[in-house]
Amino acid sequence: MTLQFNDETFRDDYSFHNSDRALKRFPFPFHEDSYMYSVNMEQHQGGPADSIYEKRFDVDEHYVSEMRDRAMVLADDPLRCQSLPHMTLAGWDLLELIMVSKSEDYPDLFELHRDGDQWRWVNKPMGIDDSFTFLDEATLPYGPMEYITRQTQGDFCVLDQRDDNLWMDAGTITTQADWSLDFDLGMNFFEWHAPVPMAHEKGIFVRALKFLLNIQQGAPARRLNWTLTVNPLLDTSPENYHKWGIQKTSMTPETVGAKQHLRVELQTFFRLPRSNALVFPIRCYLCSFQDLTKTPKWARRLHRVIRDLPDELATYKGFIDNRPMMLDYLSQFDDGLPTSLGIWPDLDTEPALQKG
Amino acid sequence: MSGAQKIAVTVTAVVPLNDLVTRFEFRRTGGGLLPTFSGGAHTVVEMRDGDTPRMNPYSLMSDPMDQTSYAISVRRDDVGRGGSLFMHNNVAVGDEMVISNPVNLFSLDLRAKKQLFIAGGIGITPFLAQIKQMERLGGRWELHYTCRSEALGSYVDELTTQHPNEANVYYDDQDQRIDLKALLDGQPIGTHIYVCGPKGMIDWVRNTTAAEGWPREGIHYEEFLAPQSGKPFEVKLAISNKVIQVGEQESLLEAIERSGVDAPYLCRGGACGQCETRVIDYTGNFIHRDHWLDDAEHASGEKIMPCVSRFEGKTLVLDR
Repeated sequence: MTLQFNDETFRDDYSFHNSDRALKRFPFPFHEDSYMYSVNMEQHQGGPADSIYEKRFDVDEHYVSEMRDRAMVLADDPLRCQSLPHMTLAGWDLLELIMVSKSEDYPDLFELHRDGDQWRWVNKPMGIDDSFTFLDEATLPYGPMEYITRQTQGDFCVLDQRDDNLWMDAGTITTQADWSLDFDLGMNFFEWHAPVPMAHEKGIFVRALKFLLNIQQGAPARRLNWTLTVNPLLDTSPENYHKWGIQKTSMTPETVGAKQHLRVELQTFFRLPRSNALVFPIRCYLCSFQDLTKTPKWARRLHRVIRDLPDELATYKGFIDNRPMMLDYLSQFDDGLPTSLGIWPDLDTEPALQKG
Repeated sequence: MSGAQKIAVTVTAVVPLNDLVTRFEFRRTGGGLLPTFSGGAHTVVEMRDGDTPRMNPYSLMSDPMDQTSYAISVRRDDVGRGGSLFMHNNVAVGDEMVISNPVNLFSLDLRAKKQLFIAGGIGITPFLAQIKQMERLGGRWELHYTCRSEALGSYVDELTTQHPNEANVYYDDQDQRIDLKALLDGQPIGTHIYVCGPKGMIDWVRNTTAAEGWPREGIHYEEFLAPQSGKPFEVKLAISNKVIQVGEQESLLEAIERSGVDAPYLCRGGACGQCETRVIDYTGNFIHRDHWLDDAEHASGEKIMPCVSRFEGKTLVLDR
């Protein structure tokens, strides 16, 4: 299927929008009517046709506009992309992984031609056709990690593995849920997760680290995570909190359906072969409440999850103040009918909403 | 979840190096490239020895950048359980085998200002790949390699010819010894030390560096244990609802696999932690041999590493 790329913005006039196809494949993150932290990892080895799980690196209708937004963020703040000196090899690993994956998974959009160390990379949606020498930084306009992540949706943490821990030693982070690479750079897994409530007590991080340290070549893993964002902002960084934080107070009962977005992260984990580092892509998908409630199962479940979420988590995710307004809006769709298990919309089997 | 997809390979060369060590080279069966890897990685080679499946980890010693073929070197162990003997006696050019994706539990710390490699005997193999990686990346390194004798000095000629300034070789039968304290004295700040060889050598390097005040994070070692034989015992697998017998010559992990239960593993040598299994009930004594669990965990009777550890007693029930 040929992709049509949206011309849209994630700032100012917020012309971001999801097509019907994008709504249908949106990664709704709740597999039941309640939510609590879990490691919830599974193998990242494909998925249903046209789902966001199908390809190693999903490319969708927002691709070109997201890359334009990333370029603007990096122009304003180059520290959103950093790589400590020992991580250059991991950057080449990442470039190789993405170029090989995209050229195999989307041959109509991307081409990779390799003759020994002489590589040619063609990115048709972005109009790029570059030849370079693999492992020779001087032949690329940026370092290898920056070069390829300027052309790939999602944030990228490149983690060094040593001393039985993972270290945030490189990354490109411009679409983050309120955390800062510049602040976390050089921290280990427990240090950068220190602010997360409740999960430490549950031993989640000890188990998650053990799982991640054992991720093998050829066996990537994935999980979903989520938060809520007012307006379809990609860049909800601490650095720019003064710009976007105040927008959380701008919602009214009339605008909550259009402005309040569910923000879902598809987190994947790949072992990088040449460096033995781990790459942790965090791909952000946005969908407004009014679009989500078009799917009956999701409308019912979203209301129940937001309603029953512990206050600590609603505070950590930054929406406790707006929760009553969201619940007023969402409750008008929840007819109390049971929902099927799993994240999929089940449009053919779930009954239409009885209210709303 | 016993790991990533396996790789089907064909043996393309069998090269005896000396009385004890033979090199085996593999290409992907049916053509195509093999995955790249990082120096220090190993692969688990699956053997079909009659009715006995065997899986042994071997360090990849070929150039990590070369995706056309892999090479391992196998030291014959005449008193072991038979994996290395099978490789030496039964594996020939043209044989098809199955190997795992590369796994690295002995990775270079790429922050190091200098890599100092200390090898004993067959422990040279991971360094052969790491040296090729360092040469490609332009990093600083030095090797100190002890062999029993010139006749048993695997890859000595290649190393001393290609790297006369970096490779230092010591022969036991000529009473040549690494002067470790003097060697440590001369190292620049930021040097990382890697040791692979017999247990005594690893302990010697760890203890000496600790006594000399070297940071623990700068000392890296790899020691795979081979599972040891022992008395047969019976195990109940609670989740699978099976009772299995572990034979004298097989490991608990192998017996679990033989019963058709898919158990996780990576190194099969007591080092990586992947096969850690919860003990639900037991009456008897554990024979713990792994490096993964600490002493308190060994004493607790709550966990076992089935790749190398065994049990003697009446009842053992595992959460598997």
